[in-house]
Amino acid sequence: MIAPRQRRDALMSRGLQLGFLLALILLWYFATASGRINPVLLPNPLTVWHNLVQVLRSGEYWPDLQVTLSEIAVAFAISCVNGLLLGYLISRSQYLIAVFEPLLAGIYSIPMILFLPLFVLFFGLGSWSKIALGAVISFFPIALNTIAGFGYVDRILIRSARSMGASNAQLLRYVLLPAALPVVLTGLRIGFTVTVLAVFGSETIASFAGLGHRIAQLADAMETARMFAYIAFAVVIAAVLNALMAVVESRARRQ
Amino acid sequence: MSAYNPWRALQREFACRLWLVRLIVIAGLLAWWEIAARYWVDPQFLSPPSRVLLSLPSLFGTKGVPAALWITLWELTLAFVIAAAIGLALGLAIGLSQLPRRSFVPIILLLYGTPQITILPLFVLYFGIGPASKIAFGVSHGIFPIIVTVVAGVQNIKPILVVAARAMGASRWQVFRWVIFPHMIPSFFVGLRLGMAGVLLGVLLAELYVSSAGIGYFTQMFTESFDPTKLLGLISLLAVMAITCNGLLRRAELHFQRWRVN
Repeated sequence: MIAPRQRRDALMSRGLQLGFLLALILLWYFATASGRINPVLLPNPLTVWHNLVQVLRSGEYWPDLQVTLSEIAVAFAISCVNGLLLGYLISRSQYLIAVFEPLLAGIYSIPMILFLPLFVLFFGLGSWSKIALGAVISFFPIALNTIAGFGYVDRILIRSARSMGASNAQLLRYVLLPAALPVVLTGLRIGFTVTVLAVFGSETIASFAGLGHRIAQLADAMETARMFAYIAFAVVIAAVLNALMAVVESRARRQ
Repeated sequence: MSAYNPWRALQREFACRLWLVRLIVIAGLLAWWEIAARYWVDPQFLSPPSRVLLSLPSLFGTKGVPAALWITLWELTLAFVIAAAIGLALGLAIGLSQLPRRSFVPIILLLYGTPQITILPLFVLYFGIGPASKIAFGVSHGIFPIIVTVVAGVQNIKPILVVAARAMGASRWQVFRWVIFPHMIPSFFVGLRLGMAGVLLGVLLAELYVSSAGIGYFTQMFTESFDPTKLLGLISLLAVMAITCNGLLRRAELHFQRWRVN
C-alpha cells in the first residue's frame, strides 16, 4: 500500500519542480516578448541563448577563463600547502590546539573580503591580488579542518600503535592519516569552494581580466544579454569545478 | 616531593590562562607588523598599527566617511532583519508539509550552491548604486541558509510531540507556538548565524563593488592615493562592525536557549 503512494508523491514533487521551472521561463519569455520591459534590464531568453551560443562558438571566453582558472589553481595550491602544514604542526600538541584553534576560528568569522582593497594596494589590480585573497580566505577552513582531523584522533589508537612499536612515520602513515583524512578532505572541499568565490568576487570588484571582470564590464556597457550569457557560463564553470572536486574527494575517501 | 620549580609554575600558569597566551600571540603579531611597517616596508603600502589607531579621528573627520559607515551598518541590520523574516516564513511554509518540502528543498539547495557573486552587477543595474542594491544583495546571500536550517529544524521535531499536543486538544497555532517553535530555536539560530555571515558578505561585496559612492568609493580613493593609514583604519572599523554583529547574535542565541538547560 505504501510503495505506490510514495511513488506518486515523488512524481508529484518532480512535476511541481518542473512546473515551477517552466512557469519561470515562460514568465520570463512572455514578459520580455511583450516589449513592456526594457530589454536592457531584462533581455529575452532567446537573445541570451543566441549570445551564449555565440560566446561558446567564437571561443572569446577562453582568455578570461584561463585567467580565472589559473588564479583559482595558484590560490588553492598556496592555501593547501600553508593550511595543511600549519594545521598539522598545530595539531601535534593539545596545548597549541587550545591556543590557536579559537584564534583561527575567530579570525575566520571576519568577512575576509574586507582585505581585498588592501591586497589591491599591495599587489595591484592584476592576478596577484585575487590569488592573495583566495589563498588567505581558504587557508582558514583548510587549517581548521586539518587541526580537527589530526588533533582529535582517538588516543587509544595512537597508544596501541606506539606500544606495538610503530615509528613516527608508520604512525602517520597507518594511524593518523586514515583517521584524519575524511575531516581534512572536507576542509579541502570547503577551501576550494571558498577560493572559487573569492576569485570571482575580487575579479568582479576590481581587475583587468577574468570571467568576473568580463561580467562587470558588460554590466557597465549595458550589454545585458551578453552579460546573462556570461553569468550562465560562469555558474556552469563553478558547478563543474565543484563537481570535479567532489569526485576527487569521494575517490580519496574510498581508499 | 619536588622542590618549587619556577619554570613549572610558569608553565602551569600559561596552561590555565589560555586567553593570556592568545593575547600574547596577537600582541606579538601586532608588534611584528609595527616593526615591519616602520623599518622595512615602503610607507606607501603599509602603515604601522599605532599610526592607524592615531589616525582614526582624522578618518572620522574625512567628509562622508562617518555617513558611509552608518549607512553600511543600517544596510547590514535591515538586510539581516529582512532575510530572517522572509527566511523564517518561507522555511516554515516549505518545511511544515511534505509536498512543498520535497519539491522546493532541492531547488533551494541548488540556488544556495550557485556563486551569487556573478549576478552582483545585475543587482546594481536593477536597484541602483544606493543602499537598495546592497540590502538586496545581502538578503539574497543571507536568506538561503536560514530557509535550509528552518526546514531542517521543523523536520527534526519528534512527531510524537505534535501528536500528543494535538491529542490534548491544542489548536494549530498552539502546536506551532508551544511545540514546533521552541524546538526550532537551536537550528534557527544556527541559520541566523550562517545568515549573518551571508549578509555581511553580500553587503560588503556590494559596498566594495560600487566604487562611486559609500565604502567602495573611499577604499578605492585611499588605494589610489596610496594612503594605507586611512585604508587600514576603515577596514578595521568594518571588521569591528562585523565582529560586533556576530557577537550580538551569539548573545541572543544563548539568551533564547536557556529553557533547554533548565
